[in-house]
Amino acid sequence: MTIPASHGVFMAKASGRNAARKRPSTDSLPQICETIMTAKTLYDKIWDAHLVSSDEDGASLLYIDRHLVHEVTSPQAFEGLRNAGRKVHAPDKTIAVPDHNVPTTLDRLEGEVKNEESRIQLNALEKNALDFGVHYYPVDDIRQGIVHIVGPEQGWTLPGMTVVCGDSHTATHGAFGSLAHGIGTSEVEHVLATQTLIQSKSKNMKVEVTGKLQPGVTAKDITMHVIGQTGTAGGTGYVIEYCGEAIEALSMEGRMTVCNMAIEGGARAGLIAPDQKTFDYVMGRPHAPKGAQWEAALTYWKTLFTDADAVFDKVLTIKAEDIEPSVTWGTSPEDVLPISGTVPFASDFKGGKVEAAQRALDYMGLTPGMKLTDIEIDTVFIGSCTNGRIEDFREVARIVKGKKIKSGLRAMVVPGSGLVRAQAEEEGVAQILIDAGFEWRLAGCSMCLAMNPDQLAPEERCASTSNRNFEGRQGRNGRTHLVSPVMAAAAALTGRLTDIRDL
Amino acid sequence: MEKFTKLSGVAAPMPLINIDTDMIIPKLFLKTIKRSGLGKNLFDEMRYDDDGAEIPDFILNKPAYRNAQIIVAGDNFGCGSSREHAPWALLDFGIRVVISTSFADIFYSNCFKNGILPIILPQEDVDKLMDDAERGANAVINVDLESQTITGPDGGEVSFEVDAFKKHCLINGLDDIGLTMQKSDAIAAFEAQNATSMPWV
Repeated sequence: MTIPASHGVFMAKASGRNAARKRPSTDSLPQICETIMTAKTLYDKIWDAHLVSSDEDGASLLYIDRHLVHEVTSPQAFEGLRNAGRKVHAPDKTIAVPDHNVPTTLDRLEGEVKNEESRIQLNALEKNALDFGVHYYPVDDIRQGIVHIVGPEQGWTLPGMTVVCGDSHTATHGAFGSLAHGIGTSEVEHVLATQTLIQSKSKNMKVEVTGKLQPGVTAKDITMHVIGQTGTAGGTGYVIEYCGEAIEALSMEGRMTVCNMAIEGGARAGLIAPDQKTFDYVMGRPHAPKGAQWEAALTYWKTLFTDADAVFDKVLTIKAEDIEPSVTWGTSPEDVLPISGTVPFASDFKGGKVEAAQRALDYMGLTPGMKLTDIEIDTVFIGSCTNGRIEDFREVARIVKGKKIKSGLRAMVVPGSGLVRAQAEEEGVAQILIDAGFEWRLAGCSMCLAMNPDQLAPEERCASTSNRNFEGRQGRNGRTHLVSPVMAAAAALTGRLTDIRDL
Repeated sequence: MEKFTKLSGVAAPMPLINIDTDMIIPKLFLKTIKRSGLGKNLFDEMRYDDDGAEIPDFILNKPAYRNAQIIVAGDNFGCGSSREHAPWALLDFGIRVVISTSFADIFYSNCFKNGILPIILPQEDVDKLMDDAERGANAVINVDLESQTITGPDGGEVSFEVDAFKKHCLINGLDDIGLTMQKSDAIAAFEAQNATSMPWV
């Protein structure tokens, strides 16, 4: 696939030295590791460990360890299985959870989902999950939530695995050093039927973030900043490995935020090598290995890093100190600026981006040259598979504790899972948010994509912790500014896009 | 899947870059449990106004392009979501070929599963075809997958690359799943080995 050399980012072929760590002692490594002969990237290693067969024409059959399923992209796949008289090949590796369509209001368990089409889709998932015998978390189960939050939370997602889902934000699971990516419905059917996927191998790209983040700068700002640098097609044809001091310093929640948006940069997947933080996060989760299997798994997981002399096809190095709290001004995730900036002019761009930028300015109702901090907002949405985890809500609570959100503003916090919600309530985080004036909702995708009742009205302007600012994404003619949770909290207090460092 | 071998058709020019899957088929149409019937909502928010009336300026609403079978698009067509509803909507409208300088990964793959041929060409070739497409219904473009060539209305020929396996499947309308199931022994062997070496998976 061609990669447009967009936005003048310097990218060079370079060795993978900085992504790599020293290999641990090989005394106790399982046999599978002894086959590692040449220097490999983390992606190469996971790929090789899942290769069922490889044809001369470059098409490979890759084994899939975990298949996550939600209600929107699976009904046609299950229908295909039924029509062909096929079964789910590995129901024990298939996990279904409703998330896109579910209402997030507190009364959702009273009576049926009002929207008929949503109800049909949700009912179809339940029927398919039960008929085919796959793991299923119904909407009234405390473990229900956004599929990309439930997977890691329940220990389904483990280092070194291949994880797929009919959803582009499957990239999230790459935070565990697993190869995770979105697939279409035909591929969902293929995985259901065979537990494999026909794939051609991507190229290797390294994104290294050196040094330490400045105060007020978060994982969300890292991932948005990277997309601002590469453009939304900069990662097309690649699997990105994120590395460097600033990435290593992130919590697992932060790493999930970074990998979640790898797809917005066009990459097939984002990866972060597992380390002690990863192992600590995984240990004890319901579907994580236990006892002797844990020890064996840990030994294997410690081999999951990019070898010292492995070569990346493309390298992007960013200094953490150069990243500011970021915000999008337009209708593409690449339309990223530091909050200290001003709305650009279409003429600031080149080529096809001039027309696209003008269209975005018109759609967003913005005047070029105005300060981003002068943009007034109507709504704040905090949640989604990008920023719907406990750490996100703790950070928001830290900012808004003892304060009130701007009068008249609509502000909602939507936990990524029932367990995140319960934990936030137990820690007192939820009460702080409620006291500040936020609506405290039930788990689901909510306003990230507005397939449920949570939507923007035309021209309603939202500071959102979600991942896409496409036209109509949060509701027809709705206007989305992507931000981090703390920036969303700041905007909720002032009623305009606000530099968190000024609070 | 319907086979794809050759096509002669009108091409609609859509030079906008980053045409995303939410533009191709907005989220409210993802609630279907079928693959068919999405053509009427293809590019819904660009194609219809708030009252549901056609926006005359939108390319596929113009008389010359109402039966277009080809789209010539700006960079990075199909970025965003994994929704296969995007190629389903294109196909249901009648689009069988999309030509651009680049496509988003998942969308590109989804096209081949549905009998749509996405063609990647250098900028200058896309520019030339965009010009051809601007000429409307009189400018028929011929696409031949077998010979991997596109012939413009003036006879100019451009060749394109395509993955051999994907081409084979498209030309023969093959069902991937059937092909993979022929390798069930290899899959079973892989699973047996993994059950020993990585029992936690």
